[in-house]
Amino acid sequence: MSGLLPGFTDPVLDAQSAFRAVLEAMSRPGRIQRLQRPPAPPAPLSPASGAVLLTLADSGTPLFLDTGPDAEEWVRFHAGCPLVAEPAEAEFVLASALPPKLAALRAGTDEDPQTSATLILQVESLEEGAGWHLTGPGIEHAHRLRVAGAPQGFVAEWAANAVRFPRGVDVILCAGDTIAALPRSVSIREG
Amino acid sequence: MYVAVKGGEAAIANAHAWLAEERRGDPAVPEIGTDQIGEQLTLAVDRVMAEGSCYDPGLAALAIKQSRGDLIEAIFLLRAYRTTLPRFGASEPLETGAMLVRRRISATYKDLPGGQVLGPTFDYTHRLLDFALAAEGHAPSPAPEADPGEDAACPRVTAMLADEGLMAPEQPSDAEPGDVTRTPLTYPAGRALRLQNLARGDEGFLLSMAYSTQRGYGANHPFVGEIRQGEVTVEIVPPELGFAIEIGDINVTECQMVNQFNGSRTEPPQFTRGYGLVLGRTERRAMSMALVDRALRAEELGEEVVAPAQNEEFVLSHSDNVEATGFLEHLKLPHYVDFQSELEIVRAMRAAATPQAMREAAE
Amino acid sequence: MSAAMQNEGYNFAYLDEGTKRMIRRALLKAVAVPGCQIPFGSREMPLPYGWGTGGIQVTASIVGPEDVLKVIDQGADDTTNAVSIRRFFARVAPGLRTTERTVEASIIQTRHRIPETPLREGQVMVYQVPQPEPLYKLEPRRAETKRLHALADYGLMQVKLYEDIARHGRVGSSYDHPVMVGGRYLMAPSPIPSFDNPKMHMSPALQLFGAGRERRLYAVPPYTDVRSLDFEDHPFVPLRANGTCALCGARDTYLDEMVTDDRGGRLFVCSDTDHCGTKQAEAAA
Repeated sequence: MSGLLPGFTDPVLDAQSAFRAVLEAMSRPGRIQRLQRPPAPPAPLSPASGAVLLTLADSGTPLFLDTGPDAEEWVRFHAGCPLVAEPAEAEFVLASALPPKLAALRAGTDEDPQTSATLILQVESLEEGAGWHLTGPGIEHAHRLRVAGAPQGFVAEWAANAVRFPRGVDVILCAGDTIAALPRSVSIREG
Repeated sequence: MYVAVKGGEAAIANAHAWLAEERRGDPAVPEIGTDQIGEQLTLAVDRVMAEGSCYDPGLAALAIKQSRGDLIEAIFLLRAYRTTLPRFGASEPLETGAMLVRRRISATYKDLPGGQVLGPTFDYTHRLLDFALAAEGHAPSPAPEADPGEDAACPRVTAMLADEGLMAPEQPSDAEPGDVTRTPLTYPAGRALRLQNLARGDEGFLLSMAYSTQRGYGANHPFVGEIRQGEVTVEIVPPELGFAIEIGDINVTECQMVNQFNGSRTEPPQFTRGYGLVLGRTERRAMSMALVDRALRAEELGEEVVAPAQNEEFVLSHSDNVEATGFLEHLKLPHYVDFQSELEIVRAMRAAATPQAMREAAE
Repeated sequence: MSAAMQNEGYNFAYLDEGTKRMIRRALLKAVAVPGCQIPFGSREMPLPYGWGTGGIQVTASIVGPEDVLKVIDQGADDTTNAVSIRRFFARVAPGLRTTERTVEASIIQTRHRIPETPLREGQVMVYQVPQPEPLYKLEPRRAETKRLHALADYGLMQVKLYEDIARHGRVGSSYDHPVMVGGRYLMAPSPIPSFDNPKMHMSPALQLFGAGRERRLYAVPPYTDVRSLDFEDHPFVPLRANGTCALCGARDTYLDEMVTDDRGGRLFVCSDTDHCGTKQAEAAA
């Protein structure tokens, strides 16, 4: 286990602080939150996606990730979550490169929409005030969000995701030490 | 000028100081020790452990002392403590067949291998107040002991019936059962979760539900196949060892009710089981649980669900006395905001309904 | 080990980290599906079920030492159960500040009221919920109500409200009046007076709801459409006592009725003690 990088400096209070950022991001889609005390996980994990994983994942949440053995070891050690081979089996899916299709992830059922997956998607950068037009719960009029490095065809996939409401996948976008979220309730229009 | 009422904090502190004083009672009377509760109020301790779902006689005795003997309050104290405990693992299934039996009776056979062992029971006592107990220094003479050599094997009555093909077999399963203390129930809950729920359900509730089945609300034709009470060994398999190790012995009571079953399109006539397994020497609870378990199997056995005791959602969602007492007692909290809105609407509706009468009443 | 741990042997904010994570995951789902009841593994708390265990578990899962917590019951900070819950958090969350001022609070845990002072972005309302199922009086089987929510089949409630109007000439629920959230889910707003219902609509604050005994969480994100159920020809009308606060003179706040003697004497004072106190201080200045 030589070279295993540390997790949160303060596992209790850093997780609390990170959770509030995620909660705020999910409550105000498209608004960017900066994490105060993220960990420094092994590449290619970003500080933000590392923080999200340590905040939300544990032995009860199967995780799929595409980040290779160093990151796997780090996540397994600090979060203790079972790693699964198929995105469709995961409660959390972390994608640092091309993500699986949203339609391939767990979407829950109309009776139990909470049994859906959350996609933690690493992108190049996030910027408010330009790019996509977001509307929906959490947004007074419209929020704008530019996502550099979003997968090709994501907006069309998202439209198909939204049609299934209340079923559907929620997305947490991570770039560096910043996050923004796309709950399944939000509508995206290309800017 | 009206001055708003204040001082909630001081009122609470004073009330709790008074509670502590009342708990102690007359200081001229010696204080009760938790060891005395543990040794002499054993059945109260057992009930608190069973419904608190936490096997720790010392903590249960403390909870009884702290709650001034209010057992539901004691159960709540133990539950609130239990929920903060870290979890190291799950035990292997208990082998009640290997129980060190202190009591074992069957109502279905006059005699059977292992014999009828009455054990320390209230059964057949005459319920006459024993004024000798009111005097201090009462020490009973030791009870005669049977020869430990005989009656070693104590096979289960239901196993004997099963050997003859008369007992409906249970479906074995290696699936990891859910945990009612960690995951909210959804319905149908299934038998494993149902039994967990009943095992810590309120004794009075279980008793009344069981009694209702005896009076015809959900047909049941129960016989006590067997009740056994005694010590069983708890084993866990630590992942780093990979084999079972014993971590201690606990007192449990098991009741197997044998019920006549006329058969269905797919099943021949045979006996079916109602099962009760509870922590401690809590026989009434084990019997009640077994009757309610059998009643809740109605759907599975193709019987018509007509009575409250056969309704899984009804029984399981009202069996827990910590939930029930909390919600009932919350009615003591201030509700004057809701009541005010009720007042306004009732006044408005009355005014609209009988304007003439209201005007007259106001004059 | 966390610097903030080890108060009386309990973790920061009482709950263990595994329980907090479970509740946090459920809260994110609740926000993503506004108004939908999310099951969660509610724990036994050191306060009884029915006395705010759901709200307490939600607050414990979000609160940090940088927060400022306000707790109200019936609109007041000094009601006994509000005092008890505030003391609980002061005890188990070292560093946390508590306040009685709505404007200062980052988290407001409440039973039965929404403050009169308008909420702002960055604030979180945590409601204590005795009964999360808005249909329970019409259909007690939760397996069945779950199906009705899945189908968005709220005909039962429409019929009930219609019957109220036919019988009483108005919608009969004075508190816990059901709302439609985001045009999709019928939701119990908790037993707040219907006077407070309009405050939920397009609120800048995040609103979280915890029902401990019933093991359900739900949420209304900021700026979300929340409509009190009504009919076009019988629109929803929030009610308040037609009176004036004897302390601050307010005529637009929710009032408590005080009985002053046994000869029918009564007067009204604001239910929101912080708002009332602020008004009095402003008048005195």
